[in-house]
Amino acid sequence: MKVLVTEYLRIDLDTEKWECRSCNHEIGNARGNYKEGLLVYDREPAEIHKPLLDPKRYSHTYTPNPKWCRILEFYCPNCGTMVETEYTVPGHPPVHDIEFDIDALKAQWATRKPVTERTPGKEPPRHEHHHHGHGHGAAHAPQKD
Amino acid sequence: MNVMPGIATLSVGERKILQDFVDEHQLFYGPDPAIMRNHHLEPRTDMEDAAMKKHDDPHLLNQVRGRVISALSESFRMVEQMGAAPGAKWGDLVTAIFTASGDLSEISPAGIVTFAGVCQYPIKFINKYWTDDPSVGVRHGDGFIHNDSRYGGIHNTDQSMMMPVFHEGELVCWVSSTIHEGENGAIEPGGMPAKAESRFDEGLKMSPFRIVEDFQVKRDILTFLQNSVRDPKLQYEDVKVKLHACIRLMERVRSVIAEFGKDALVAYLRRNLEDTEAEVHRRIAELPDGVVRFNTWIDSTLREPALVKIACAARVKGDRMCMDFRGSSPQLSNRSINAVIGSTKVCFLTGVLQNIWPDLPHNLGVLAAFDFETDPNSLIDANNDAPCAMSLLPMFRTITVATVSFPKFIYGLPDGAKARATVTIAGQYNQPATFVYGGLTQHMDVTGNFCADINGNGQGARENRDGEHSVSPLFGFMCDTGEHELAEEELPMVRLIAQHLARDRVGWGKYRGGLGYEQMVTVRGTNMWGFMTGQSGSWFCSAPGLFGGYNCPAYPIGKVKDVNVFDWFAKEGNAARFPYGIVELMNEQPIEGARYLTADAGMTFELVEEGEIYMICQGAGAGYGDVLERDPEAVMQDLREDLISHESARDIYHVVYDERTLIVDVAATEKARAGERAARKARGRKYADFVADWVTEAPAEDLPYYGSWGDPATVYTGAGAARQMLDAGTIQPIFMADPRDVRIAELEAQLAAKG
Repeated sequence: MKVLVTEYLRIDLDTEKWECRSCNHEIGNARGNYKEGLLVYDREPAEIHKPLLDPKRYSHTYTPNPKWCRILEFYCPNCGTMVETEYTVPGHPPVHDIEFDIDALKAQWATRKPVTERTPGKEPPRHEHHHHGHGHGAAHAPQKD
Repeated sequence: MNVMPGIATLSVGERKILQDFVDEHQLFYGPDPAIMRNHHLEPRTDMEDAAMKKHDDPHLLNQVRGRVISALSESFRMVEQMGAAPGAKWGDLVTAIFTASGDLSEISPAGIVTFAGVCQYPIKFINKYWTDDPSVGVRHGDGFIHNDSRYGGIHNTDQSMMMPVFHEGELVCWVSSTIHEGENGAIEPGGMPAKAESRFDEGLKMSPFRIVEDFQVKRDILTFLQNSVRDPKLQYEDVKVKLHACIRLMERVRSVIAEFGKDALVAYLRRNLEDTEAEVHRRIAELPDGVVRFNTWIDSTLREPALVKIACAARVKGDRMCMDFRGSSPQLSNRSINAVIGSTKVCFLTGVLQNIWPDLPHNLGVLAAFDFETDPNSLIDANNDAPCAMSLLPMFRTITVATVSFPKFIYGLPDGAKARATVTIAGQYNQPATFVYGGLTQHMDVTGNFCADINGNGQGARENRDGEHSVSPLFGFMCDTGEHELAEEELPMVRLIAQHLARDRVGWGKYRGGLGYEQMVTVRGTNMWGFMTGQSGSWFCSAPGLFGGYNCPAYPIGKVKDVNVFDWFAKEGNAARFPYGIVELMNEQPIEGARYLTADAGMTFELVEEGEIYMICQGAGAGYGDVLERDPEAVMQDLREDLISHESARDIYHVVYDERTLIVDVAATEKARAGERAARKARGRKYADFVADWVTEAPAEDLPYYGSWGDPATVYTGAGAARQMLDAGTIQPIFMADPRDVRIAELEAQLAAKG
């Protein structure tokens, strides 16, 4: 039984491993931090949020301050998919963001059917145009006295 | 309860005498922690118990619910149509109904959850303290007003009217109406004083009191309130608007009682809460047991740059979920960005209802199902001395926390799970990106308020489509951004560009966030006008991406000073030369002799001369998923719609295409993306190696840092020699140095260095 966790991660309950959903690569122990099985890159934020205003003239340019804000990019070591991004302060320990109780997860899924692909959640209800046989929009036209 | 020195030496009888004396001679009815810290349902009353035994037919109760929701919707429209405040005109309001005990049971369908959620605190205060007080009392026809956030409120710019509904002399429920009014007589005009250094700088402070008797506004008290603010007409009109919305709501509720009986109404109001709480527990039970952690940093106190941490660990065990905010920044006692715990919890509720479980009834039953842990005297659990005028900064982050933490629990659930109530969504832009203004209008009226642009936050990207541009504020899905032409009729502000989407300011991803729009404004026809802004996120990107998506960019304020753009426009040809975009205007600098500058977008009030230009952006929602998975045709569509530049299409999305025809070279794009994936693998480092080099013991010495680092039990404050390390459980409020004193000291040091 495999349980989806994010767009790019799942847990194999039998092997108790994190897996990459893009390439099936075994990332690491599901009882541990999936990030430990990924590659990390300290991205210069100006490469992603480019300085749109002239940095020679202006102190603030729509780019984060690199001494305050860094982007940690986490890649699958097998397929190179960017599994997660983490905006953090330089030197701050990367957050252990997902820590599930694997035994409880096994018990929970013992009675559930496997889900291999995510179908998006429900969309909010939208207004439907009804056809009344008397022209588009006529039903909404103000009534004359 | 008060803890009295020496009480342990007293006998039981003596203690009772002492306690009775203290209870009967209370010196001051301040905010009551027993009310403000309790987010659970009040115990079921005998009246409710009897009513629920009498009426257990869900169809009947649903019929009652339908009538009440119609009434709430009607009263909401009344306020929206009649309200004078900009907030009222564009949806920043709510009407609501509460049980007799004060629990929020239902809100108007398009209303602001937070306003109704915090309104239950003053109702409970009135129930507890005024009902049996012979000098006050609670009677049919009474209306109580309130705006002090310490008694329940987001900040003091929001005013509520609350009315009890009686049937045959018995209190059966409360109704309310709340508007973001704006002006409240604070140290800065407009109602949200970023400059407030104490609660006494926040202007009008109304603890809950009666302003209406026998359905009539007490004119003497109203006059006092009008004298306490800069816009007495606004104060008068909207007190009446809120009162009459409450009266209409009360009439409708009484007609429900006439048709179905009092017990049916009481049973519905209570069952609505109990059923909702039970449903939330069922949904939590569907989630995996475990912890999801998320950190975010506010990069400004609105007075100085500072990295102010909001830490969160969401813990699920069975059908319980605890939001643990320990390790967040300490309270900053002379800055305006604190929040009291009651407000923090209700903002979290908004995040859950807006982006996770929007199908649930919007009531206290949702919040009651959660537990919270905080550090007292922290930024999101501040004491009653702390100013909260710009509490929006930490509170909006608690909305974000809910938005981006829950998907990691929910994403993998089976299709039929009730917890999968809507699509997964990345962080919506989470800053109050608007101009707050004040001064003398072209009609010679003194006023102060804010622009409805605050309601134009870009939506986060969704798991199956891009986010919507400038769709709503993150705290209310039905608010609008207003009509600038109407505002210009009343105010001496001129929009030089109108809701122009901010090109290349994008939360990138497989699906991109919705963009925000540029606001470029100047002033005309007044000799006294000014602006302030309350955005953070000029150095640290505020809205978080999801599952590999990027955050929104960083947003500054831009200014063109020392020039009158109207004089410049009057010269031949200049109108055609004017670049109607912030980036072009600032980079091309076409207005000769002007001073162009950018700065942190948290700006305290400053006076503006006619024709000077001020510019901010509504922000983008964050991205979802890996940018290399974005459909190249969607990238071309972004180019056609002028949302992004060719440089971004190439560098961020790695799409190869013809710039003239926008025809994608599919094979070359696949090759380019494979190349980028290989480049990632080459530049990425193994986690253990990376962490060994990356992680530091503490924040950099020169970083003005507030909050925990790795261990939530230890909190850092400040920078350099002034930095302290505190035990998170016993943190004390922090007082910041006056930025002017800091600047003077810097300049004096420079002078001293030069001899």
